[in-house]
Amino acid sequence: MSEAAVKSKTVRFSVTRQDSPDSAPYQEEFEVEYRPNMNVISALMEIRRNPVNTKGENTTPINWDMNCLEEVCGACSMVINGKPRQSCTALIDQLEQPIRLEPMRTFPVVRDLQVDRSRMFDSLKKVKAWIPIDGTYDLGPGPRMPEKKRQWAYELSKCMTCGVCLEACPNVNSKSDFIGPAPLSQVRLFNSHPTGEMNKAERLEEIMGDGGLANCGNSQNCVQSCPKGIPLTTSIAALNRDTTLQSFKNFFGSDRV
Amino acid sequence: MAGNREFFNRKLHSLLGVIPVGVFLIQHLVVNHFATRGEEAFNSASHFMESLPFRYLLEIFVIFLPLLYHAIYGLYIAFTAKNNTSKYSYFRNWMFYIQRITGVITLIFLVWHVWETRIQAAMGADVNFQMMENILANPFMLAFYIIGVLSAIFHFANGLWSFMVSWGITVSPRSQVISTYVTLGIFVALSIVGIRAIFAFV
Repeated sequence: MSEAAVKSKTVRFSVTRQDSPDSAPYQEEFEVEYRPNMNVISALMEIRRNPVNTKGENTTPINWDMNCLEEVCGACSMVINGKPRQSCTALIDQLEQPIRLEPMRTFPVVRDLQVDRSRMFDSLKKVKAWIPIDGTYDLGPGPRMPEKKRQWAYELSKCMTCGVCLEACPNVNSKSDFIGPAPLSQVRLFNSHPTGEMNKAERLEEIMGDGGLANCGNSQNCVQSCPKGIPLTTSIAALNRDTTLQSFKNFFGSDRV
Repeated sequence: MAGNREFFNRKLHSLLGVIPVGVFLIQHLVVNHFATRGEEAFNSASHFMESLPFRYLLEIFVIFLPLLYHAIYGLYIAFTAKNNTSKYSYFRNWMFYIQRITGVITLIFLVWHVWETRIQAAMGADVNFQMMENILANPFMLAFYIIGVLSAIFHFANGLWSFMVSWGITVSPRSQVISTYVTLGIFVALSIVGIRAIFAFV
């Protein structure tokens, strides 16, 4: 391609903007000069450098969230051409134009494309997504984890709390208080750890509460949408089995702790 | 299980859809199928069902109470979903959506069907081959019955799939694929039974 042809190429964006958490959203169109290997974030940075829309009006720079820029932090998730995903790995060459950018409305919008994912971090606290190892004295080494199981658990540990699965889930919405797939899968991760397993019942009982696991309607959008390929629906089904057994234990009593 | 109202309600909703409501659906469709053997066979089969001992107890505890619970809680579940098949047109998401649509259609059909048959029977009408023949002579009612019966069967077959997931019976993706085919087979088989019975009256 000649130099001139590359220079004339532009990338068009249609961005859903919102000035404050309570104000009404509106559309604004932008056009930026194409560069090879561009992604949505580098285009947004380009717009930020010179915030002028296609009508030639000066406007405010677009607000969005980002951090790692390599799809491991989950912060830059937004709805791109109708699908929630990370904007850092959304390559311009692979997207249909005008590229439509919207915030993930399942979460409260802070400004423009930036949302508040606090509910997910609160959920992780709620389900005790950690392994308690602190004691008043040295508890010594914990039980060992077989290598094969470690590799299996690593897949579940790839969750970056990005919120894409909650955005895709039809049962996570303003009418329901469903906790959503991501924190549920974390329960399976920590319950399968040899030390974490010691608090298995506590985590299961938490997700048996209101807004918990039973709210899943098996649409399985989560597993289709997860950017990390986490087997979310397998986690949910496995937890269905665990909580069913736990509920029998709670009701009838058990010979085991 | 004091704090786990919702967990218990959901699990109960899933269970009742299969036992007893789903089992009753199969039994009802099978008895209807006597119609293909002629008027007399159907009338004697329906008379046998009518004259079962403890009829009212059976009707209340096997049919009406579980069905009412499943219907009312099911409506609540259906209307708390925010369907998004236009954005995420995956197979299972469509099944999720159709499950909710067929649930509502089935409920509308059942209200009408119970009024037209069981409540009329309580008011003195004779529920027999001729009654169904008269109802289905109307092409609008014939279409309504076909849609209603197919909706109920779909809702049962797909509900059986999600029952197995919700109770933790089918956990692995492969087991869920196999149960998709098995429940699809159940849908086709029961649809043949149901449709054949309907057309026996026409």
